[in-house]
Amino acid sequence: MADIFDTYVMAGAWDEMFERPGVPRGQYQALFAALQPLGARELRTRADQLARMFTDRGVTFDYAGVERPFPLDLIPRVIDAAEWDLVTRGVRQRIRALEAFLDDAYGARQVFHDGVVPWRLLHSSPHYHRVAHGWRPPNGVRVHVGGTDLIRDEQGVLHVLEDNVRTPSGVSYVLENRLAMTRTLPTLFSEQFVRPVEEYPARLLAALRGAAPPGVADPTVVLLTPGVYNAAYFEHALLARLMGIELVEGRDLVCENNRLYMITTYGRRLVHVVYRRVDDDFLDPLHFRGDSVLGCPGLVNAARAGNVTIANGVGNGIADDKLVYTYVPDLIAYYLGETPLLPNVETYRLDEPDVLDHVLAEADQLVLKPVDGAGGKGIVIGPVATPEELAAVREAVREDPRGWIAQQPVLLSTSPTLVGERPAPRHIDLRPFAVNDGDDVWLLPGGLTRVALPEGELVVNSSRGGGSKDTWVLGEACAPAASAAMAAPSAAQWSPSRTAAWEGEQQ
Amino acid sequence: MTRPLLSRIAETLYWIGRYVERADDTARLLDVSVHRMLDEPETSSSLYAVLGLTAAPASPQAMIRRLAYDLDEPASIASSVSSARDSARGVREVLSSEVWECLNVTWHHLSKLETLPPHAYLAFVRERAALFFGLADATMSRDDCWRFIVLGRSLERVDMTTRLLAVHLASDWRLLLQASGADESFTRTHGARDGAVLEFLLLDRLFPRSVVYSLLTAEKCLRALAPETARAGVADSAQAAIGRVRAGLEYSDLDELSDRLPELLGTLQEACAAAGEAITKRFFQRREAMAWVGA
Repeated sequence: MADIFDTYVMAGAWDEMFERPGVPRGQYQALFAALQPLGARELRTRADQLARMFTDRGVTFDYAGVERPFPLDLIPRVIDAAEWDLVTRGVRQRIRALEAFLDDAYGARQVFHDGVVPWRLLHSSPHYHRVAHGWRPPNGVRVHVGGTDLIRDEQGVLHVLEDNVRTPSGVSYVLENRLAMTRTLPTLFSEQFVRPVEEYPARLLAALRGAAPPGVADPTVVLLTPGVYNAAYFEHALLARLMGIELVEGRDLVCENNRLYMITTYGRRLVHVVYRRVDDDFLDPLHFRGDSVLGCPGLVNAARAGNVTIANGVGNGIADDKLVYTYVPDLIAYYLGETPLLPNVETYRLDEPDVLDHVLAEADQLVLKPVDGAGGKGIVIGPVATPEELAAVREAVREDPRGWIAQQPVLLSTSPTLVGERPAPRHIDLRPFAVNDGDDVWLLPGGLTRVALPEGELVVNSSRGGGSKDTWVLGEACAPAASAAMAAPSAAQWSPSRTAAWEGEQQ
Repeated sequence: MTRPLLSRIAETLYWIGRYVERADDTARLLDVSVHRMLDEPETSSSLYAVLGLTAAPASPQAMIRRLAYDLDEPASIASSVSSARDSARGVREVLSSEVWECLNVTWHHLSKLETLPPHAYLAFVRERAALFFGLADATMSRDDCWRFIVLGRSLERVDMTTRLLAVHLASDWRLLLQASGADESFTRTHGARDGAVLEFLLLDRLFPRSVVYSLLTAEKCLRALAPETARAGVADSAQAAIGRVRAGLEYSDLDELSDRLPELLGTLQEACAAAGEAITKRFFQRREAMAWVGA
């Protein structure tokens, strides 16, 4: 029998789906069995259908001012319950440690006095804001939403690549991917229990409401976007709609007497919580960049006065800087007294002189990253860099060692991805999303799996032509009866022909 | 009271209503004008003049190109659709996904249809406009979001109907009815009598594209948006502008109306413009531009 996986050649990295050629790992068996009988052309047709659906629905990502559909691959990534449990505990641990670090750094600064983290790390961070010093948010939460990037190495071990505790984006694609997959390949879901993702907006809204200034019984929550030209605008609009809150731009807001208002057709309305997707620098021209029109003058003072909560917190950037990242295992030990559950990638701090020399000498063997870069910007992968690129990065590192880290290259795991009409291995990572409501850090089961679509590409960012995959976390209960993710059981009862119709689609 | 709407969003919704209606009406106007223009090229320039455009293109073909496909021409159908879509993109969270998708898909398809004969392109635009308003009708709450869309649509419809009347004043009344999608309703109401066409398009209280019907709809929206509390008079200047011109129409003698039609059409246009300004002033306030220099 023709098999779409016949021509699949593993890439030498850890393959997420296959243990060895033709033999899928446990959590992939049901998926494999469902995909195998599909013809290559059938798969292509479904993929085209999926792409068209995204274009029509406007599920896009803006890059350099061009609106592009964010490509979704048809073959999901599957994570079993046990591994997800590890991810959940590991990410939760990091978020708790980072919350403690932020609280300390903007408060007592004990971690620096105790010499766990050097003072210069704080003073040299461009994201340290004096205005945030001594300012405690209402329920103590600063990381309302966190996104932790994970990669799997050649041995199959998950490592943390970076933490994002400012304004991590991508969750909208998790929600849209699932919706698109259930529409395009509904039968895939019927064989197993895939944990649903639609709980996210309700969790986020609850966390935002919970962060409101004390005494506000029914807070007004808004989502602040830089506007329609922002890369993640699609996400801002989707989240606002799913939460049923206003999507505001800076020009919709006005501050008076340390209170924040939005301008409506009935005049001004008080706002209590701002889920901002605008960076600190643009949030308030009175405190940050004076030329910014994206934020609202007076917002920071209103927040400091305790009349409005800004989520995520102002100044969080000191905790997700790539140099601070190297200290997170120490922070976990220091604040929580625990052993890190998810290891870091081996990383060199260049502000130590002999390390710097070593790194400069071995630059062609290492990955060099600006501590502050986002979207894969500025990353130099030594083994594949040109001599000119290496010379340039050596120069940059020599000039500003605080601005860079170096890491051992990790060959990211691969996952079968539809290329043309056939699956081929492509490198992937995973960004799980955490929501902290003050009592509990909740993880969205799944997260965003990003795929580097060009063959051999190791940077998965969407700005480098990356795509994504629907990410399935399997539930403990694998009985087919528990497939609540797809069909409403009641519907199946009165309309058994429905399932039959789906079966028919698979031909 | 319904939930307060951000002024920016209210304004955008109002303009979406206007843009989609404008695309629809321009398509109707062009569709009935194309044939006439081929016979009587001077129609092009009068059509141009009533659309407020200068420098009429040399040929009817060039004119269709400009009014239908030209994205650099703000009055074109392509521009209207593109503006509606861009506006909708900025207020996606208050539109139903079906409404947003309708505009998005229309926008994606439009440029691909330029190779079709004009009639097919124009028919597509009309269908998509109908789909847009139909979906809005079927999937949106009757709250202020809805009202601003309908308000924009109504004012634009009055504006465009008056322009249509102006360009085809002395022409074939059948064409005029066709352009308004009114030929069948008209015949059922009045039989095959030419004389009542003006009455139908201006004054019919039951036909949704007539001027009076659209003015009444706009007034209804405005009353719901800004309930009057005063016992006497109408404080809202948008309502006042529309109400005044609507009452003037309704209480006029029909013969008198046709005698002073050009003047009347001008008055209607002015009233729409005045109402538009009053609406902007009352509902679409923004934060003042920032007046200080940053540190």
